[in-house]
Amino acid sequence: MTYREAVRDALGSAMRKDEDVFIMGEDIAEMGGSMAVTQGLLEEFGPERVRNTPISEMAIVGAGIGAAMAGMRPVVEIMYEDFLTLSLEQIVNQAAKHRYMSGGQLKVPLTVRTQGGAGWSPGAQHAQQLEAWLVHVPGLKVAYPSMPEDVRGLLWTAIYDDNPVILFEHRLLYPVKGQVPEELEPIPLGKARTIREGTDVTVIAIGPLVHRAVGAAKQAEEEGISVEIIDPRTLQPLDEDALVASVKKTNRAVVAHEAVTRMGFGAEVAAVLQYKAFDYLDAPIERVGAKFAPLAFAPVMEQFIIPQPEDVLAAIKRTVGK
Amino acid sequence: MAKVEKKRALNEETLRDFLRGMLLIRRFEEHVEERFRAGDLPGFLHVAIGQEAVAVGVCQAMEEGDVFASTHRAHGHTLARGTPPKAVMAELYGKIEGCSRGYGGSMHLYDLERGNFGANAVIGGGLPHVTGAGLAFKLRDEPRVALAFFGDGATNIGTFHESLNLAQLWKTKTVFVCENNHWAESTPGWQHSPVWDDMSKRALAFDMRSIKVDGQDVEAVFEAAHEALEFARSGEGPVFLDVETYRMHGHFIGDPQVYRTKEDREEAADNDPITRLRERLALGDDEFKAFDDQANQIVEEALEFAQNGTDPQPEDALKNVYA
Ligand SMILES: Cc1ncc(C[n+]2csc(CCOP(=O)(O)OP(=O)(O)O)c2C)c(N)n1
Ligand SMILES: [Mg+2]
Repeated sequence: MTYREAVRDALGSAMRKDEDVFIMGEDIAEMGGSMAVTQGLLEEFGPERVRNTPISEMAIVGAGIGAAMAGMRPVVEIMYEDFLTLSLEQIVNQAAKHRYMSGGQLKVPLTVRTQGGAGWSPGAQHAQQLEAWLVHVPGLKVAYPSMPEDVRGLLWTAIYDDNPVILFEHRLLYPVKGQVPEELEPIPLGKARTIREGTDVTVIAIGPLVHRAVGAAKQAEEEGISVEIIDPRTLQPLDEDALVASVKKTNRAVVAHEAVTRMGFGAEVAAVLQYKAFDYLDAPIERVGAKFAPLAFAPVMEQFIIPQPEDVLAAIKRTVGK
Repeated sequence: MAKVEKKRALNEETLRDFLRGMLLIRRFEEHVEERFRAGDLPGFLHVAIGQEAVAVGVCQAMEEGDVFASTHRAHGHTLARGTPPKAVMAELYGKIEGCSRGYGGSMHLYDLERGNFGANAVIGGGLPHVTGAGLAFKLRDEPRVALAFFGDGATNIGTFHESLNLAQLWKTKTVFVCENNHWAESTPGWQHSPVWDDMSKRALAFDMRSIKVDGQDVEAVFEAAHEALEFARSGEGPVFLDVETYRMHGHFIGDPQVYRTKEDREEAADNDPITRLRERLALGDDEFKAFDDQANQIVEEALEFAQNGTDPQPEDALKNVYA
């Protein structure tokens, strides 16, 4: 099953099971979404439950919040995470805080799906990676699955979680194929996945960098370096125990994501590791991410900005002094 | 307050109930102003003195099961919808007996039991919520309505336009109540909106039904709100309630109102909705005083309750972040 099909399957399964689940977003109905994720859902569930919206990011998220507070389990799609910035007021001030400000009276079981990711030269406003912005906000849960199985299981869990969950998908991952269980298996939020076991260095990667790290690890293997790869899958809550345990075993760590390195999610992971595994670290924690520039259009510049498998490999080698 | 029987002219007793409700809000807020000035109350507070007829008229027209979103100026809406004055006052004091358990404060009053989806300190913040809740009621075929209060200033923010457009497009069970007091903080209507003296033109742009009403006349507000709510409830579409009202005091408690002329303040004072209702009911001094004493007594009891309330533990701050 592809990553795209896995998202669709989770949505369809939840909608089949539960009248309270419905989806809305721009161009998600007849067109099936700009990434073709929701194709076929209109035909199966009809226009009441598969709702095309006007271009109104604040109202899309905000109406999702209201429907969630009224007892439904909406899933809203923000076409590109660059446009998520328009809905941040509703996500940050509203969805994240109603439960708290009401002293625990209200709940907001809303799922916001969005996607981004570079590597196809759209320029600076269609491919950013902004997941770290959301992890900074208490009251939100944030997931960023890298595998078809994970996106299927995590999206399901997100829909049934009573908190607002922001789920990041990556454009280049949609065609990626992977094994998935016959029956949809929910995956708990806050549980990391060990992608590959190793003994010399732990690469903690999210999204497309998981796949780039796998390539780098194979090459490192040839040079005699054994690489463990861990994908947290959920950024909030974060499975700190799994990350720390792995680094205590390998004594070295690389954190990797496609977002800009400065203030990226990797900075938080590095801070957790230095605090909880300080005595075990044999090398400075390496960080891999995008260079500090908006995404350029010209392919050579874009590729220069975003982290490549070679960047992961170089970071791995630095940790072992090669 | 007793629930009003629908579809019949308002009798004297009902109007007397409305007066009780309006006086409760007035005296409540006066006491709050006084306690704030005495340094008793933390935070940032806004009173709706002059706008009580809007809160009472609209909230009395709502049915059980209806929900609403309020604003930074929320005491009146919350009290008018029936949240006990003790719980509202305790919230202003940051006590766990408060209607938001001390987590919200004046600008974040909640009461889920009475459909209060929260007072919102971000202008326009609740408008998309009532659009979505109104959509949920429609999808589930429930005879419920989601209503939002907001000010004239809020008609300039993106959520307002996105929400009205979406609500009308999808015919959600929503009522938008614009309390046009002609001020957005220190900015007069004519400086912030090209249609400041006729906000229903905003609704026109979305092809939404609008009803204009004098917000100082509680009877008229009730009738208009009832009509709007029943229209929305029937599934015919949302309604924009264009309410003309007056802010008799400052924007926030302590606002010296340097930007406001004496004439403007006098005009507001001359349009006191409580005076209007008193005249309508032809109440003599003694009769009126009996109402007033009753309101003051309720507020004083609320104050005493709140002042003797329980402080949360500091560590309680880490609860309720997640469900
Ligand atoms: C998004 C946003 N911008 C600015 C403010 C600051 N602010 C609080 S109340 C207010 C004026 C609101 O005017 P109006 O909507 O007419 O309501 P009123 O105060 O008259 O009840 C402003 C600017 C805010 N709370 N939220
Ligand atoms: Mg105003």
